[in-house]
Amino acid sequence: MKEFLRQQMGGFGATYRRELGAYFATPMAYVFLAVFLLALGVFTWEAGNFFGAGSADLSTFFVWHPWLYMIFLPALAMRLWADEQGAGTDELLLSLPLGMPGLVLGKLCAAWTVAGVGLLLTFPMWITVNYLGGPDNTAIALTYLVSFLMAGAYLSVGSAISALTGSQVTAFVISVLIAFAFTAAGWPLVLSTVKAVFGTGFADLVAQFSFLTQFEGAQRGVLELRSVMFFLGFTAFWSILNGLWAARQRLG
Amino acid sequence: MLDIRSLEKSFGAKRAVQGVSFTLEKGTVLGFLGPNGAGKSTTMRMIAGVLEPDAGDALINGKSIVSHRRQAQAALGYLPEGAPLYDDMTPPEFLNFMAAARKIERSKRKDAVERAIADARITTVAGQRIGSLSKGYRRRVGLAGAILHDPPVLLLDEPTDGLDPNQKRAVRALIARMAPTKAILISTHTLTEVPAMCTRAIVVDRGIIVADGTPEELAKKSDDGSLEGAFMRLTDQAEANAR
Repeated sequence: MKEFLRQQMGGFGATYRRELGAYFATPMAYVFLAVFLLALGVFTWEAGNFFGAGSADLSTFFVWHPWLYMIFLPALAMRLWADEQGAGTDELLLSLPLGMPGLVLGKLCAAWTVAGVGLLLTFPMWITVNYLGGPDNTAIALTYLVSFLMAGAYLSVGSAISALTGSQVTAFVISVLIAFAFTAAGWPLVLSTVKAVFGTGFADLVAQFSFLTQFEGAQRGVLELRSVMFFLGFTAFWSILNGLWAARQRLG
Repeated sequence: MLDIRSLEKSFGAKRAVQGVSFTLEKGTVLGFLGPNGAGKSTTMRMIAGVLEPDAGDALINGKSIVSHRRQAQAALGYLPEGAPLYDDMTPPEFLNFMAAARKIERSKRKDAVERAIADARITTVAGQRIGSLSKGYRRRVGLAGAILHDPPVLLLDEPTDGLDPNQKRAVRALIARMAPTKAILISTHTLTEVPAMCTRAIVVDRGIIVADGTPEELAKKSDDGSLEGAFMRLTDQAEANAR
């Protein structure tokens, strides 16, 4: 079992370091972080009316996470496999004695780390609410954690689609569409339409697969095992697809 | 060391490789010749474990690329066609990545990387990003990656393509230095290099082997005694047979 894992995960470390290096060797990661933080700031302060809300919590900040992830994280993930296929380096990668799970997770975790750095850099928000009042810091830490898990779920879609299409632009567009579907499924506007057409039972089912619904509990500071499992399971599911689509290269 | 057993591969209706078999021993540099689209690269990609064969097998150091892919790949150094590399890395960064992926022990990594850099003669460009290097240097960085773990079998897909005469000579010298201890398979369509580089040559056309022998034996198959004449005759013949 240990030997099997060692073989399958072979190359995780090498791939992770290589991909993380690639993000920071080009302006990619810096541009991503700058624009992501700027957008998050604008939405929180302006659209979310942070000060007008008059309460010392980060709800006007967290509420934008799914929507911003939906656009930004596919941009971060789109290069993971398409870039290799474009440059022909997938040929080099596939000739190495590595396991596909190690490659898939190494790449995913590198992108996930960049997203995590983005989340960490939002710490001034957290300091601000502590300065203004006495927020529930445990609840905030917990929401951050679930938000980070949710980021992984969005990235796993982007990475898998990147392996499927082999083109960065196509991967981005398709990933945003899929991410939108999984986000908006919990949007009241969409849900009421689904309810009207297919009935309440089906609408509830659709809502269960929505990132908005799954993230809702966490936003209130409640740690729901169900949501954690949902995001982890979702990431695992798309990572398996990712591996299958990347291995398809071997068939020619 | 390398045992190729009736490899086959089709892409849709096109039968790219139709039953290629040969064996390669230590100390042999085998030139893999043939016109463009003859199935040279496809065969090499199957041996490297990048492409799954439809039928047949390749044994590298006794390990099957089909059933024991990782063990077989561990004994192999592969330079893909066009030497694809990560442009954002410097040569030492790239080689360190390869060393980690090849699971070379940390304590030995530095030595292995330094040796490969010295062997491939890329010391002068070690500080530059690969993306900014000339074609010749890129090819040599790729070559350094292929020989990094000192594999018993080397697969080099057009290692001298696009190089200037000096660079070609440097690559040939490197191959000659490594030849006694390794089995080396080189694909090329530059026929003039074959006698200088290879001890044996195989000509493939339309996915089948049409000739196998020393470069001198092959040259005898032509009217004028040149390798080029033999090459044209052999590949034309296959074309005529196909009709």
